[in-house]
Amino acid sequence: MPTLTPLEKKILNLLQTNLPLLPRPFQNIGEKIGISEEIVIQTLQSLKERGYIRRIGAFFSSEKLGYHGTLIALEVDPKELPRVANFVNGFPNITHNYERSGSAYNLWFTLLTKSQAEEEHILQQIISDSAVKAHLNLKSEYKSKVNVNFHLK
Amino acid sequence: MTNTELDQRIIAVLEADFPLVPNPYAQMAEKIGISEAVLLSKLTAWSKQGIIRKLGAVLTHRQVGYQYNALCLWEVPTARENAIATQLAQFSCLSHCYTRQPFPQWPYNLYAMLHAHDQIEAHHFLTEIAKQCLLPPPLQLCTVKEWKKTSMRYALHK
Repeated sequence: MPTLTPLEKKILNLLQTNLPLLPRPFQNIGEKIGISEEIVIQTLQSLKERGYIRRIGAFFSSEKLGYHGTLIALEVDPKELPRVANFVNGFPNITHNYERSGSAYNLWFTLLTKSQAEEEHILQQIISDSAVKAHLNLKSEYKSKVNVNFHLK
Repeated sequence: MTNTELDQRIIAVLEADFPLVPNPYAQMAEKIGISEAVLLSKLTAWSKQGIIRKLGAVLTHRQVGYQYNALCLWEVPTARENAIATQLAQFSCLSHCYTRQPFPQWPYNLYAMLHAHDQIEAHHFLTEIAKQCLLPPPLQLCTVKEWKKTSMRYALHK
């Protein structure tokens, strides 16, 4: 496991929750931990290149932009799983797609659409595959938390 | 509101890579064709309205040491599900806490993602959650393979 320096952890802990809405955001972060703007930017570039940061920026609320989300579970013939998973990956409305253990349902993905008709249209194309034995459409009712923040020690 | 053509242009630029330069907002504003001040006030307003749910960095779980990731499912009384979901949101090891519609063959109605360094830590977290929220152990669906993980590109879907 590659390691993070104490400085890198400090910067990541700060940047996960608040990217300042100021003309010089990295200068502001640097001031909070006593380093220069230049070092903050260099460190972030390095962390990105090394794969520690998936994305920096604004994350939108799908509901507020008019999208409805659901979680779909599929029971897929294990021999056909890579093919089905790749087909599922091809839909831009599907952003998260995971193979999971623990139940008969081995492929789990999220689907964001603007209408019930669009959701059904996409789902129908997936579940009509003969390798898909069963599916669950797990509509969300109440959301208490989405974000994840890791406290790096 | 996010429906104007200008709003769509702003969203498209925000969804691209955040510029790692001293004045990122000025650079993005120039691309959009507005002033830095207008962009900053728009972002402030969208954050207050919850249209932007997070401004910051998302880390790569496994890379920062979180090797144990499981979707946890509980079957809880309907009358208590929202209250328990709210309680679960307080645990820093959990994200994506939702109540979902159950089915006869799938009785679970409460979902959350558990993130831990290893199985021992995961067990410790779940014991603590069980104690504080008076919950039975969840059904754990561990991540075997990440086939896709991206952010939605809203600007592409008018």
